[in-house]
Amino acid sequence: MVEKNKPAERGDTSSPAGSLLERPHRVESLESVVIRFAGDSGDGIQLTGTEFSKSIATGGYEIVTHPDYPAEIRAPLGTLYGVSAYQVKYSNNPVFTSGEALDVLVVMNPAALKMNIDDLKHGGTLVANTATFTPANLEKAGYESNPLKDGSLAIYRLIPIDISGLNATALKDSGLSRKDIGRCKNYFALGFVLYLHNRSLNQEIEKVRTRFAGKPEIAEANVTALLSGYAYGEVCEVFDTRYTVSDEVNLTPGTYNSITGNRAVAMALVTAAKQTGLKVFLGSYPITPATDILHNVVKLPNFNITAFQAEDEIAGVCSALGAAFGGSLAATTTSGPGMALKTEAIGLAAMTELPLVVIDVQRGGPSTGLPTKTEQSDLLQAVYGRNGECPVAVVAARSPIDCFHTTLEAFRIATKYMTPVIVLTDGGIANATEVGRIPRLDDLPPFEVKFRTDPNGYRIYERNENLARAWVRPGTPGLEHRIGGLEKDALSGDVSVDGANHDKMVRTRAAKIDGISKDFAPLVIEGSEEAKLLVVGWGGTYGSIAEAVRQSIADGHAVAHVHLRHLNPLPNDLGEIMERYETILVPEINLGQLSVLLRNKYLREISGFNRVEGKPLRVSELRNTIEGLA
Amino acid sequence: MQKIQINDLTRKDFETSQDVRWCPGCGDYSVLKQVQLVLPTLGIPKENFAFISGIGCSSRLPYYMDTYGMHSIHGRAPAIATGLKLSRPELSVWVVTGDGDALAIGGNHFIHTMRRNVDMNIILLNNRIYGLTKGQLSPTTQLGRQTKTSPVGSIDRPVEPISLALSMGVTFAARAVDIDQKNLRDILERAAAHKGTSLVEIYQNCHIFNDGTFEAVSNKKLRDDNRIMLEHGKPLVFGKNRDKGIRLNGMRPEVVSLADGKYTEADLLVHDEQTDCTVMAYFLSRMHNPDFPVPMGVFRAVAEDCYGQSVRSAEAIVEGKRGPGDWDTLIRGADSWVVE
Repeated sequence: MVEKNKPAERGDTSSPAGSLLERPHRVESLESVVIRFAGDSGDGIQLTGTEFSKSIATGGYEIVTHPDYPAEIRAPLGTLYGVSAYQVKYSNNPVFTSGEALDVLVVMNPAALKMNIDDLKHGGTLVANTATFTPANLEKAGYESNPLKDGSLAIYRLIPIDISGLNATALKDSGLSRKDIGRCKNYFALGFVLYLHNRSLNQEIEKVRTRFAGKPEIAEANVTALLSGYAYGEVCEVFDTRYTVSDEVNLTPGTYNSITGNRAVAMALVTAAKQTGLKVFLGSYPITPATDILHNVVKLPNFNITAFQAEDEIAGVCSALGAAFGGSLAATTTSGPGMALKTEAIGLAAMTELPLVVIDVQRGGPSTGLPTKTEQSDLLQAVYGRNGECPVAVVAARSPIDCFHTTLEAFRIATKYMTPVIVLTDGGIANATEVGRIPRLDDLPPFEVKFRTDPNGYRIYERNENLARAWVRPGTPGLEHRIGGLEKDALSGDVSVDGANHDKMVRTRAAKIDGISKDFAPLVIEGSEEAKLLVVGWGGTYGSIAEAVRQSIADGHAVAHVHLRHLNPLPNDLGEIMERYETILVPEINLGQLSVLLRNKYLREISGFNRVEGKPLRVSELRNTIEGLA
Repeated sequence: MQKIQINDLTRKDFETSQDVRWCPGCGDYSVLKQVQLVLPTLGIPKENFAFISGIGCSSRLPYYMDTYGMHSIHGRAPAIATGLKLSRPELSVWVVTGDGDALAIGGNHFIHTMRRNVDMNIILLNNRIYGLTKGQLSPTTQLGRQTKTSPVGSIDRPVEPISLALSMGVTFAARAVDIDQKNLRDILERAAAHKGTSLVEIYQNCHIFNDGTFEAVSNKKLRDDNRIMLEHGKPLVFGKNRDKGIRLNGMRPEVVSLADGKYTEADLLVHDEQTDCTVMAYFLSRMHNPDFPVPMGVFRAVAEDCYGQSVRSAEAIVEGKRGPGDWDTLIRGADSWVVE
């Protein structure tokens, strides 16, 4: 087991090269820090943000990240719509969201400043790459005068740095082309920010050398840029405050790593194969923001996973269904528009009663909508969006790491109940990073799959105590059978158009899905015991809601929070829990879809808190609503 | 239950108890019979056959086959079959489809399956009409044909399934007529033996909505002058008296007489189903009545790696490089850290 940066090293201020000037600096100690990097989509912002987060996380801090990038791959330089950003909040206490008011903002050009400055705290630190504040770029960003010089940023602690120029000077003897030198500037910025946050560089240098192992001259140039950025922080006259977060260790001992929601889904597929010994088949078609799952899985064929990039969304789900018929653990990954296309095949999976896991990484809709932004607006589509009476199980993940556990549970439900299961994640948690302790295989709930092999008395729709029919692998002698989209006799599985039989099958399929809730663990109610207000959330809004509830309680308000993973069927104890509270508030990144489900099922009045702005719910705003109701 | 020995399998083993519900006299009966006759001869255990179909009259066929089967949704059978075959390479996978199912709603899956050369047999029952929805024009309906949705005659130019397949590099393409039992059976046997995607287009008469559309090539009195039987390595000769042939004139095929002494068999094109060049097969696929005889038999049969093999060799390369995946190492990740 590799042991790298131990928490004890936190706060280590030794300079990486050892020869840099030692100067006394004031170190500001905070409970948590929120930092955002912003620049052109080609500036390497996502890389800088990811590297920074990793470095912070390896120090043993909790982090939550929020990458925010434009739909265009390389939008025209310097434009407002081409701004890409990456935000991270870290603390030694639990972190639920990537934060709101920024402590530090790093902007690589005027457009990035324009788009992000309103989120910086008064007195917050603004690092700006002055080289890009040219008349042309200022005009593109809509500035009439240079904000770095006209005093309009006086309420912030402005650190103007000629990142491009300093980087170029540092690398003038590197032998690289001007273009390649320019590409190193994000490492200069990273070095500077790591200095600002009191981090040691050793590990980052090692990583750069590994990352560019095939191109040693690029690796060394990036290392030089990194060291120069760090050194600039040390010698910089204008600046005398560094950030540090209290380093009291709260973490359970174990091995830790950070993971995004999309990678967590991929790890769940691997784990399902490992636990059951069955092949996992992923049929998928590229779609933002779900594609990274496929990217992760294609690298893992030596884990008994076959990944298939299909010709379209329909072929993605259909190939998975074919694999499910063949006895594999089958999944397809997609986002809203792809879900719409997969609808008919999910109906076929419900009708044929085959296990199928459909992972919908929700994004802004309708139609193409906001491909790179988050939303929770596919809930009703997941629960109801098929022709006919077609119930399927629907589960939702609350955080990046929870994507792992939720996806694994989806496979357990799918195979136990012989049903499609829709897993709802979202663009927020799919791309965000969360740090967690790595589970051991023994820590996970057991997962075993049995196929029927006994031909005696086999009838296709004979059901067990869970109302599930038997799963039979083609290739099993004596069990040859036909299934399909036509309604079938409730026992033999022969095609049937009999009305009474259809009524029975419709009700049986519904009862089967309803019965899944008997397996759910009791809901956990967080917050105050004496609360009269219950906040009910689901999926990726967990962080925002938990943080808002925590802050409200700290401020003396009584409020409780219950967060749902299971959306269909709903948990059995939810109705009784809701009865205990006078007021129910349901915050969602949609116009009230869970509210619809809860009103319908429990005949309760529900207050909604609904924002559809393509980003996580704002804690401060939600807190105001909570405190108004509590 | 006693496992049935492969060599003892008969047509009866592949019949189901379901009443066959095609219209009496439908060409589909003949196809069903030939399929049931061919399967026992292939040396494949009964339990290893899987039939996947879409929607339409033809797609009911799996219900009448006592094999593993799925009657799926419109146009998607090749996609479902692809997932099945990739995850279970040892199965013999068959797709049963029609002209609407394969070429209209399912066109995308149809072409991509052949492009990848997934090892499956596609039986395309082409009746040039929508039967189950009662008589609308299909992608193969001929120009000018009156149907329920083309009351003044079809203005849609028809697709030629074999041309389309060849443009996708299909490794096996053949055509037969539903009631030409001997020829149909031979072709099904060859399709089953082929590794990769085999497309068998079967001209199938829908005597309710499009009766007689294949009369010229199915009627015993007419067919010899209107069709040409493709034989590998043989010159393209046809006619009741075998007195006509196809020769290449520049870049175009033309029908010539062998009776007037001007041309002999030596002047004719020789059929080569094994050439890697698809050009000859392509212009054969464009030959239609009345200007040309319609080719029957195997247009193309070439050996190329099929998709499943490629997937498995790619997997083997990764496994060879990295060894079997280790779950603990993967889950831990490259840059994990320990908290004590």
